[in-house]
Amino acid sequence: MKVAITGMGIISSIGNTVEENFHSLVSLKTGLSTISNIETIHKDIIKVGEIKLTNEQLAEQLNLPSDNNYSRTALLGAIAAKQAVENAKISDMNAYKSGLISATSVGGMDMTEKYYYEYFENEACQKYITSHDIGDNSQKIANCIGLKGMVTTISTACSSAANAIMLGARLIQSGELDRIVVGGTDALAKFTINGFKTLMILSDDYNAPFDNNRKGLNLGEAAAFLVLESETIVKNENKEVLAYVTGFGNANDAFHQTASSENGDGAFLAMNKAFKMAKIQPSEIDYINAHGTATPNNDLSEGRAIIRIFGENVPDFSSTKPFTGHTLAAAAGIEAVYSVLALQNNVVYPNLNFKTNMEEFNLTPQLTLKEKEIHHVLSNSFGFGGNCSTLIFSKN
Amino acid sequence: MNDVLFPEFIKNASKTIGLEYPKFFKMDNLSKLAFLGAEAILKDNIDLENENDIALVFANKSSSLDTDVKYQDSISDTENYFPSPAVFVYTLPNICVGEISIKHQLKTENAFFVFDDFKPDFMSNYASYLLESGKTEKVLCGWVEYYKNEYKAFVYLVEKLGTIAHDKQNIQTLYNK
Amino acid sequence: MEALKQELKSKIIEVLNLEDIAIEDINDNDPLFGDGLGLDSIDALELIVLLDKEYGIRLADPKQGKAIFESIETMAAYIAENRTK
Repeated sequence: MKVAITGMGIISSIGNTVEENFHSLVSLKTGLSTISNIETIHKDIIKVGEIKLTNEQLAEQLNLPSDNNYSRTALLGAIAAKQAVENAKISDMNAYKSGLISATSVGGMDMTEKYYYEYFENEACQKYITSHDIGDNSQKIANCIGLKGMVTTISTACSSAANAIMLGARLIQSGELDRIVVGGTDALAKFTINGFKTLMILSDDYNAPFDNNRKGLNLGEAAAFLVLESETIVKNENKEVLAYVTGFGNANDAFHQTASSENGDGAFLAMNKAFKMAKIQPSEIDYINAHGTATPNNDLSEGRAIIRIFGENVPDFSSTKPFTGHTLAAAAGIEAVYSVLALQNNVVYPNLNFKTNMEEFNLTPQLTLKEKEIHHVLSNSFGFGGNCSTLIFSKN
Repeated sequence: MNDVLFPEFIKNASKTIGLEYPKFFKMDNLSKLAFLGAEAILKDNIDLENENDIALVFANKSSSLDTDVKYQDSISDTENYFPSPAVFVYTLPNICVGEISIKHQLKTENAFFVFDDFKPDFMSNYASYLLESGKTEKVLCGWVEYYKNEYKAFVYLVEKLGTIAHDKQNIQTLYNK
Repeated sequence: MEALKQELKSKIIEVLNLEDIAIEDINDNDPLFGDGLGLDSIDALELIVLLDKEYGIRLADPKQGKAIFESIETMAAYIAENRTK
């Protein structure tokens, strides 16, 4: 099982391109700050991974007409997808059987929550009615990259982009498609900020994954896409392969709608499945990019699952959410990009903001930027609804 | 528009199926619909002693929109502002699949797609792939759509041996009924 | 205090969608979580919202809820002492 990644694109609070993101990661520069684009009563309390560009600036980058009806989610998604396609040196999107699988949880909600109550009186904002649907988001992204093939949308909370990558890899492996753009996008919205606040899992400080005194997560916004292509295309067009998707797994925790089971059953099963598919041993993993949201519940559950799989020999691991915040449906997408960058540059990113070991077990994340040979990276993403996904990326 | 209002419909359906699950009434309408659809099939097809290898592949058109609106209402009045955690939980379409997993302890692969229409091709390909690659023994597939009292649940179980052939034609025919 | 307890029972049934449970079925000292009414963590969060909405009490730390929501008795006592509405 081996599917080639030939392109990637990303926009997040730590950079508007792949290079910028990488630079921030190795310079230990976080993208967390107080929120400025949204008027919310929680403004001064929460920290978020906000992209400091207005919708107008994003639309300009895409050369969209001023009367467009793109939600912020679609804008971010289109920018990242275009970058990925360019990075993969694709000149004719439809030269092969192609598709797009996008993932999102917010969709057009960022606009809907602004204009919903005005829809009857204010004609000017009615254009956002049709852009609410997550399907519309994906279609807009497809239009921006000139794709005429298959388009579908996955919405499984925080594991969405991982599931998009999984399905994309399967479609290439089975020969259904030769080329597919996969990933996710989510913009910040009051809807999500208030929702997470009422579940009492937002921190009023910078998130500290796997720290004993962690208080919760910081939300973020981002978009990231990968281009996956078949061996045929790679050979015919002499494509540079950035890395390979070599294993993946998805399992349900079957415990609670929003909390993870004590022993991380879903996480354990997902990781197990990924190893089976990749046909490698846990000892061959050089770096784990953890889901690590810094909620009391996730880190305990994920930590336990990691110990169940790796035993005494847990490889270097870190969560990159102290850099970007938790970008929900885009999380697995941006973390896939970071995983590929780790493989290409032989580097392990530090887990920022960590001070004290969790009392429940002996797990210390990587605390400094570390250079070493990296052949296999494991990336975890766990979503509400018990949806647990694991991806394994490899150099060869 | 369905003739019967959803609350009445779902209460009657749960009684007909003989459901006894207190957590049922906390679910949002989409989850109740999906849950009961699944229950109708699973109650005769589930092994109570051992772990069941049944993957879940569901899809719909409106995602969790009906509940999204309810949630939005709870944060719309700046004077009277009380976001509801219980409602927020259901503002994702895949939670309904999570509920089915929790009840029957299905720790299997699960996916939720959003399409503008029911796609028998896609569903049959996905389910076949899971069965043929040995990833799972059975696949519970469903199209569960709920928006403002327009509701439809089409749930079916696919496994290697059975009475009705699993192909696009049959799926579409059953859906149309 | 009696009136407050009755009011609480009725509000809890409504807010938590406790179907088939009447006010008479809830005893003042029955445990609300775990074995008693079988409420879960999301229900606890809803009760925190209830405290704020109906009685003007804001809880900053969800862990405080454990002691307060032990039973109708403990809830009523806490509310009587801390309500601002």
